[in-house]
Amino acid sequence: MTVTTSLPLAAEAASEENPWARAWRRLRRRKGAMVALVVVVLFVAMAVFAPWIAPYDPTATSWSLVRKPPTWAHWFGTDEVGRDVLARIIYGARASLSAGLVSVSIAVGVGVPLGLLAGYAGGWIDSILSRIVDAMLAIPFLILAITLSAFLGPSLTNAMIAIGVTSTPVFIRLTRGQTMAAKVEDYVEAARAVGNPHWRIALRHVLPNIVPPLLVQMSLAIAGAIIAEAALSFLGLGQQPPAPSWGSMLNTAQRFISQAPWMAFWPGFAIFCAVLSFNLLGDGLRDALDPRHK
Amino acid sequence: MFGYLVQRLLQIIPTLIVVSMLIFGLQQLLPGDPALIMAGEERDPKVLAEIREQYKLDQPIPVQYVYWMKGVLSGNLGESMRLKSSVGSLVREKLPVTLQLAAMALLIAILIGIPAGIVSAVKKETGWDYAANLFALWGLSTPNFWLGILLIFLFSVTLGWLPASGYVLLSEDWKASLATTIMPAFVLGNALAAVLMRHTRSAMLQAMSADYVRTARAKGLEERRVVLKHALRNAMTPVITLLALDFGALLSGAVLTEQVFTIPGFGKLIIDSVFNRDYAVVQGVVLVTATVYILLNLMADIAYVLVNPRLRG
Repeated sequence: MTVTTSLPLAAEAASEENPWARAWRRLRRRKGAMVALVVVVLFVAMAVFAPWIAPYDPTATSWSLVRKPPTWAHWFGTDEVGRDVLARIIYGARASLSAGLVSVSIAVGVGVPLGLLAGYAGGWIDSILSRIVDAMLAIPFLILAITLSAFLGPSLTNAMIAIGVTSTPVFIRLTRGQTMAAKVEDYVEAARAVGNPHWRIALRHVLPNIVPPLLVQMSLAIAGAIIAEAALSFLGLGQQPPAPSWGSMLNTAQRFISQAPWMAFWPGFAIFCAVLSFNLLGDGLRDALDPRHK
Repeated sequence: MFGYLVQRLLQIIPTLIVVSMLIFGLQQLLPGDPALIMAGEERDPKVLAEIREQYKLDQPIPVQYVYWMKGVLSGNLGESMRLKSSVGSLVREKLPVTLQLAAMALLIAILIGIPAGIVSAVKKETGWDYAANLFALWGLSTPNFWLGILLIFLFSVTLGWLPASGYVLLSEDWKASLATTIMPAFVLGNALAAVLMRHTRSAMLQAMSADYVRTARAKGLEERRVVLKHALRNAMTPVITLLALDFGALLSGAVLTEQVFTIPGFGKLIIDSVFNRDYAVVQGVVLVTATVYILLNLMADIAYVLVNPRLRG
């Protein structure tokens, strides 16, 4: 999706074959990445069309259906209050994917402009921003996310903000490094020589050229954010009951592991598949977008 | 070398200051009267007044920070409202547990990750390489709390071989201690092994294409010696320094793993403090974690320069 929206920007720089078309052609050759892309699309469809796909209401309890093993009526079984596990997995995709999307949007929205600023302006702005990035990266990812959401208060929105803020320094550092490398290239020199203002050079000449590594990082960051949301919900700091989330389902499932193991299997498997797909997609994008890779 | 050391040491000071500011600043995120929130269940006006006095809550924020920092620098990380003991002593009590877990996880990760990385680099683009890469993807994508629950189901519930939760001190009964920590250590090590495998693979691939490896081969050395003596030695340098960076991931993982296996370590201390609104403990623990992480990175950097003759200068 992101690839196509960036097309018009990069099209100007195209010589023989458009670089995005080349990247897409290379990505298509990688089986793992393509399978991952299909799985991602399926998960997105599952989240968007949840009300039409889910066989039952994900919050409807039934005392006659408490902790029933998988059957034809309930493929993934039922949970401790008789809710259908499959329906909760389908609706749970909403919490996970929106956490991935929202928190990475926060990280990109804040991190990329700050990274551009630090890398392009240099000087004291760069020094201050870099120290803040160092400081944030010195606190382990999940610990910072837990701490932030603890101080903000437990809710899915706050968890997304916490994960977004925690993911920001990586984007600042990446954008800064890429900007500093691009800044000394001939095409930037040329743009400066013809009298373009700084903001225009940064946005129109530097930014489009650093999009590839950002795309790779975004895919990996979404994987990280999905796992982080699940972790926060597992700890009770994310999605609050009875709304379904894969992480909080695992939390409950742990208490019933000896009586109802299916309650624990499926939510974890869903997290695993979603995270694996974004990781594979990120790896595939890295190989496809790397100009050194022939 | 000495100049580099001084420069590196000077560099971490501003970082540490910013870390302390960030952690102190967290307090400002709390909605409402911080004294009321920090007191938790306690509503006694005397306690509230004590908290206000202790944290200088009636003073402007920069002044509060200076007081807090003064305490931290003199070794006073604050007081736990709930446990009525100092954060410093809590950290000293819980840290060894997590360190035992981390050391075991590290061992497991090294035993799996490095051989897997070597094999996949030496047998590049074969079934071995493919399998090792699949293993790495599995390790990177499995939520460790899920893996923990699955292991509990298999080894504790179904087979009854290992206890599902709890912890025994290593000094008390080492067999029981290992039995309580082997599953969580494996869960932690599994993820780290994946990272380590990837690092080792790429470092080995680079080393294997270096001139000195070609020379070793040209001399007629057997392949085993070329790989293990010549390539591996050089490839391990970046891998070991990268391990220091993975320490943070290990601590993050420990938070979840200790929660799943009810192990009273550092991670569980953070979570329990979060849920009991024991914010001083959270701040203290995070500050200690970040400081340890920064110092470990410093040591890794210095070690890297020490073992790399080209950088020694």
